[in-house]
Amino acid sequence: MGRDYILIAALLAGIVAPFLSVGNAESWPTAAMALWIVALAAAAILLLPLSASWAAPLAIGGAAVGAVALYLLLDAGARGLAAPGLWLAMIALAFLVWRAMERSAALGARTKSRFLDLAAPILLGIWIVYLWQAIIVGFDVPHVLLPPPTEIAGAIFSSTGTLVADFVQTFIRSMIPGYAIGCGAGFLVGVLVDRIPFFQRGLLPLGNLASALPIVAVAPIMVMWFGFDWQSKAAVVVIMTFFPMLVNTIAGLAALGRFELDLMRTYAASYGQTLRMARLPAAMPFIFNALKVNSTLALIGAIVAEFFGTPIVGMGFRISAEVGRMNIAMVWATIVVAAVTGSAAYGAISLVERSLTFWHPSLRKVA
Amino acid sequence: MSETYLATRPAPPRRWGRLAGGKTFPVAAVVFVLIVVWYLGAIGLNSGRVIDGYDADDDMRNKWTTSDLIADTLSMNRPVLPAPHQVLVELDKSVLETAPTSNRSLLYHAWITLSAAMVGFAMGTVLGIVLAVGIVHVRTLERALMPWVIASQTIPILAIAPMIIVVLGAIGFVGLVPKAIISAYLCFFPVTIGMVKGLTSPELLQLDLIRTYSATPSQVFWKLRWPASMPFLFPSLKIAVALAVVGAIVGELPTGASAGLGARLLAGSYYGQTVQIWSALVLASLVAGLSVAAVGWAERLTLRRMGGRT
Repeated sequence: MGRDYILIAALLAGIVAPFLSVGNAESWPTAAMALWIVALAAAAILLLPLSASWAAPLAIGGAAVGAVALYLLLDAGARGLAAPGLWLAMIALAFLVWRAMERSAALGARTKSRFLDLAAPILLGIWIVYLWQAIIVGFDVPHVLLPPPTEIAGAIFSSTGTLVADFVQTFIRSMIPGYAIGCGAGFLVGVLVDRIPFFQRGLLPLGNLASALPIVAVAPIMVMWFGFDWQSKAAVVVIMTFFPMLVNTIAGLAALGRFELDLMRTYAASYGQTLRMARLPAAMPFIFNALKVNSTLALIGAIVAEFFGTPIVGMGFRISAEVGRMNIAMVWATIVVAAVTGSAAYGAISLVERSLTFWHPSLRKVA
Repeated sequence: MSETYLATRPAPPRRWGRLAGGKTFPVAAVVFVLIVVWYLGAIGLNSGRVIDGYDADDDMRNKWTTSDLIADTLSMNRPVLPAPHQVLVELDKSVLETAPTSNRSLLYHAWITLSAAMVGFAMGTVLGIVLAVGIVHVRTLERALMPWVIASQTIPILAIAPMIIVVLGAIGFVGLVPKAIISAYLCFFPVTIGMVKGLTSPELLQLDLIRTYSATPSQVFWKLRWPASMPFLFPSLKIAVALAVVGAIVGELPTGASAGLGARLLAGSYYGQTVQIWSALVLASLVAGLSVAAVGWAERLTLRRMGGRT
C-alpha cells in the first residue's frame, strides 16, 4: 500500500499546530505538549509497515493520548477562532482517529471477532461525543442551544430518581401493557383472518395502508377517552403496534412453501398441528420483524401521547416540561434514557430472535 | 377425486366468484364492516352522555325512545366518538366551503403540514442517499457508521421533536424549518438502508464486465450502481414520505404551533372539539396516503422509462 497520505497530513498538521496561536491559553501547558508529542510519535510509527494487530492498538492509543492533550489545552483557556493552533491540532487528531477506525475495522475483519467488529463504531461514537464537548466548550456555545455531554451526564446523576420514575411510568406502566396487548391482538387476528381468505384479501391492503397513516395522531382522542394516566398511552401503543403485527403475521403464515404443506398433509396433520409445527415456526422471522419494529413504535407512541396530557411524571411530560423551563440538559438526559431503553428493548428482542430462529438463512453463520 | 367432484358440479356463479377472488370486493366489504362498527361504536360510546342529558331534562325523562337515542347520539355537538357523517360534514365545511387561504380552512393547515413534510422529505432523501453512497464506497464508513445508522432508529426520535423546535426557535428558526428537520431525521434511515442494498445489488459478474470496459469509478456508479439501485430506492421513499408526514405533524404539537394539522389536533384536544380532531385525522391520513401514492406513481414512471418490468 502506497504512502499513507492521511497519516502524513495528520503529522504535518500536528507538527505545525503548536507554532500557531492558542488564544487565551497563550502557550501549550507542559503536560499537554508532552502528551501531544507522544501522540505524534505514535502517528509517525504508524507510517512504518506494521501488522494490523500492532497498528490498531497503537493508533487507538495515540488518538486517546492526543485527545487528552487537546482537552488539557482547551482547559487552559484556548477558545474559539483566536486559537487556530487548537483547531488545526483537532483536525490532525481527526485524521488519526480515522486511521484508528480503519485499522481496527481491518483487524476486526481479519480476526472475525465480534468484539473487534464493534471497535470501529465505538471509536466513532466516542469521537463524536468528544468533538461535541470540545466544540461546545471551545466556541462557548450557549448551553441552552446544546449542552455539553458532561452537563448531560451531570443531569443524569443528579436527578436519577426523577428519571427512574419517568421510566417506570412511560416504559413499564404505559408501553409494556400496550405493546403486549397490541402485538397479541395483531397476532391473534392474523391467525384468525388467515383461516378466511376473504378477510385476508380484504384486510391486508388496509393493514398496509394503515402503516402509512400518521396513527400517532389518535393520541388526543385516546387521552380524551381513557384519561390522563397510563391507560390512554397504552391505548395509543395498542393501536400503533396492532397493524404491523397483523400484516406480518398474515404474510408470515403464507410464507411456507407448497412442499412443506403437502408433506404435512401426507402426515395427516390437522389444521392445528400444521399451524403449530410448520406454519408458525415459518412465520417466526416475520413476527420478530414486527416485534422489533413495534418496540420502537411503542416507545414513540407512549412518549408522544404524553404531550397531550399526563400526570406530572413520564418521559414525554419531562421533555415538554423541561423544554418549557429551558432546562435543556435534563431534556437530553431524558432522551439518553429513552435511547438506551429503545436500544435495549430492540437488542433484547433480537437476542430472543437469534435463539428462536437460528435456522433462518440471515442468522446462519457462514463457516 | 377432486377433479371429478368439480366436473360434476354446476359451475359456480362466475361474477360472484371473480369478485370474491379479487381484491376490490373484499376490501370494500371490510371497509363497510368498519363503518358499521364505527356507527355502532358512536351510538354505544355517546349514549351515556345523551341519557344523562335526558335525565336532566324534565320533558324527556323516561319518555325517550330508542330511535330518539340513536338520532341524538349521532348528532351530538361534542360527541365522544363522532359518527362518520359528522366528520364528513365537518370536512365539507372546512375544506370545500371555506377559501383555501383562510386559516379556518383545513386545506390551509394541510398545506402547512405538507410543505414542511416535503422539505423534510427532500432533505432526508438527499442525506440518506449521500450516507449510502459513502457507506458503499468507503469501507471504514461502512464498518464505523452503519451500526450507528441502525441504532439511531431504535431511539424514539420523535421524542426530541419538542426540543428541536424550541432550540431552533431560540436562535430564530421558526415555522417550516424545524419541522422539516424532524421529518428529515425520520426519513433518512429507510433511504440509507434501501440505497445501501440497491447500490450493492449489481452482481460481481456485472461489476467485472463494466471493469473490462475500463470504466472509471464514477462511470461504474452512474451507469451501473445508480440505475441498479432504483428499484430499491422507491419502496424506501414510500416509507420515508409517510414518516415525513408523521414527523411534520408531531413537530407541530409541542409548542402549540398556530397552524398545521398537528396544531388543529392540539387545539381540538384542548377545547374538546372531537369532530375537529377527527376531521384533522382523516385529512392527515389522506395527505399521507396521497404522498405515498405520488411516490408510487413516480416509481412506475421512472421504472418504465428505464425499461424495467413493472
